[in-house]
Amino acid sequence: MNSLKPIHFIGAILFTAVPCSVMLGLVFGAGFTARATAQEAPDVGPKPPIAIKPMESHIGNITGHAAAAKSDFRRYCAGCHGEYGDGNGENAVWLDPKPRDFTIAAFKCRSTLTGTLPTDEDLFDTIGRGLTNSNMPVWNTFTKQQRADLVAYIKIFSPRWEKEKAGEPIKIPAEPPVTLESISHGKALFTKLECWKCHGTHGEGDGPSASTLTDSKDNPIRPYNFALGKNDSRFKCGNTNQDIYKIFMTGVDGTPMPSFADVIQPNDAWDLVHFLRTLQVNRHGKENEVLSAAHGVIPAYVEKAPAAAAAPADSKSPGGGQ
Amino acid sequence: MRMWAQSHLCQKPRSASSVLAAAFALFFLILGASQSASALPAFARKYGLRCSACHESWPMLNYFGQKFKDNGYQLMNDRDAPIWQNPGYWPVTFRITPIWHRVSLGKQAVDSTSGEGGQIEQRVTSSGFDLSGLDFHTGGTLEKNFSFYVLPSSNSFASFHFETVMGRLDNLAGSPWFNVKFGKFELDNLLSEKRILTLTANGGIYQLYHFIPAGDGNPFAQMGDNQLGVEVMGHSYNDRTRYSVSLLSSNDGQVGLPYGSESYSTFITASQAFDAGKLGVDRVGFYLFAGQAPTSYLTNLGAPISGSGTQNKGFSREGFVGQFYFGQHADVTVVTQHGEDSAWFGQGYGDFVDQYASHPGVTTCPPVCNNIPGVTTLAAGARNPSWNGVLIEPHYVYSPQLLFLARYETIRMSQQSTPGTRSDLGNVDTYTVGYRYNPFMTSRAGFAWHNEFNIFHQVGTSPLTSTNINTSELLMGFDFDF
Repeated sequence: MNSLKPIHFIGAILFTAVPCSVMLGLVFGAGFTARATAQEAPDVGPKPPIAIKPMESHIGNITGHAAAAKSDFRRYCAGCHGEYGDGNGENAVWLDPKPRDFTIAAFKCRSTLTGTLPTDEDLFDTIGRGLTNSNMPVWNTFTKQQRADLVAYIKIFSPRWEKEKAGEPIKIPAEPPVTLESISHGKALFTKLECWKCHGTHGEGDGPSASTLTDSKDNPIRPYNFALGKNDSRFKCGNTNQDIYKIFMTGVDGTPMPSFADVIQPNDAWDLVHFLRTLQVNRHGKENEVLSAAHGVIPAYVEKAPAAAAAPADSKSPGGGQ
Repeated sequence: MRMWAQSHLCQKPRSASSVLAAAFALFFLILGASQSASALPAFARKYGLRCSACHESWPMLNYFGQKFKDNGYQLMNDRDAPIWQNPGYWPVTFRITPIWHRVSLGKQAVDSTSGEGGQIEQRVTSSGFDLSGLDFHTGGTLEKNFSFYVLPSSNSFASFHFETVMGRLDNLAGSPWFNVKFGKFELDNLLSEKRILTLTANGGIYQLYHFIPAGDGNPFAQMGDNQLGVEVMGHSYNDRTRYSVSLLSSNDGQVGLPYGSESYSTFITASQAFDAGKLGVDRVGFYLFAGQAPTSYLTNLGAPISGSGTQNKGFSREGFVGQFYFGQHADVTVVTQHGEDSAWFGQGYGDFVDQYASHPGVTTCPPVCNNIPGVTTLAAGARNPSWNGVLIEPHYVYSPQLLFLARYETIRMSQQSTPGTRSDLGNVDTYTVGYRYNPFMTSRAGFAWHNEFNIFHQVGTSPLTSTNINTSELLMGFDFDF
């Protein structure tokens, strides 16, 4: 192999190295890497870099470290959630629903009681699952370590994570069989609990209160439309019956959707799950099979007389407890 | 985006001070421009994600971007269909790169000025401000699970062609394992030349994807170029496992069937990624590109008739690919290749159409070779040429805004077609170093200050003396899309 003339080679390297070095010097010197976004008003100037507290997360045997997620948060998350985690990234103004504000540490998808902090697993699962009917993608291309690091990073934005522990996950009892009676009872509960006021009598998100709803930051918010999806439709916090059970036993914090843990018994909650599945009219599932066998007619629910020996020990546990 | 053609202007000596002045001027220009850009690259605008969400450094995809592409430009979040978009949304992005570059081409044939006539070989160096070609990207969904991509692309002289035109059906039968693409499209290379991070003439392509032996006439073995055909591909839900199988027309992506109309090839690839914990996601895979291309053409007054190619002969390219991450800041991609062409190609048969166009009036082989059945015979002892190569491309990602890159490619002939030919004829070594710095990072526009240097070396292929060629190029510029 003929080599290049040394002077030619050295000259070319110099041509590359000089502008490279100057650029890098100014990059670091001017602190460009710490700048938030190009959205800043001209008179605001560079914002101070975010202080990364030594927060951790624990997912199984994986420990996530906030400091390790700094780059990933900027790369993947900050455009919507903002460099400061306040839900005010440069895209936020265009998004509906708005990105989560991590500074108030209120999370929709939890396994814990309303008002409490979610578990690390809750946040880990949310990142990997994404949030349907929103702009939050499914980030399942990350490694588990990356997701655990991001969970830890989310905690740096709110002092709640330093003062409070995550809530206890609710206990979800085994799902009883789907029957026409359970669907019928679920429908009765849907009426009694006034779910229809927001979600509409057919679950299409068009109840009389639907147009008035706002989230905790006064942004308009729409109730879930059960009828829209097909087999691949997902609820915001998962697609299994257990996930639906969790939603109305823990509530969706930051939205008008309350927790019904203090109102209904675990088995009643399962009946409600079974009815809600029938509102997904295009979905193939056991609930719609049972309903089809009854020619699509849900009979009126007849309240049973209370059993004499009914000992509602579980009722003291808001989330159930079998 | 095709690169600019290598300049053959007369050498104009440049002092180091003039080059430095240009560099500083460019540098301060970028500082002034960095806060004013407010563009809307199509996909980022649709989904509100920063460029960095899908690109290691644009245009190179990261794993999330690869999954987005594999899903037919969908995030699969129930908002993929156009019905969810503002009616004013128009999924168009353009990309062009104003540059300054200095090209030094070794062993160029030039007319002698000594008064003795004839030609000599001489280094030709040129430098100056220039432009790349212009790409108009438009792509997205027509409906959920129906996607498209159209890319009219020009060279730096604004001569346009269709780089990509394809429709795609996604998630057939509700499964991510079955997607069909039809038209002209980017081959499913794990390291795609269409998403290359480098811009110089020799560093802006993967030599491994275009290599043919010296004197070889194979018109269609160019893995880096988009090709016409149909592709079936599939992937797991998290994109860790991927496969694709393509049936391609052997016309090197050119419309109008310029070569054979009944010659086809196939490109098959599969890969598997692993969660390597703190290292990141690592991926290994293989590819096979094999098929046939014509060597014989009907002629009209000596000129080849397009599409009449017959006497198809075979070729193959196969190898392994690996992408390995070492934490968040460092990664390296490795591609290997073993290639082999039919002896007919090795003897110069194959691209009669192009040979005739570039040597009008010449009828001898070489350089103009047509395999006439019953007349042409293969030279005694002619063998299938074969070679091996490897490409190594490490990156250091200081931050999502600043990426350093390097690349080394080497190709070694293992068997020449003609016995007695020097064994290293056509061997290639090329080195590229550079960096890309994005002064801002939003979901609205892409802008990179790009600086790169490439050295290219090939054995025994100078035009007059058959000695070695050394070429170098230094490039800096504003690479932006809107």
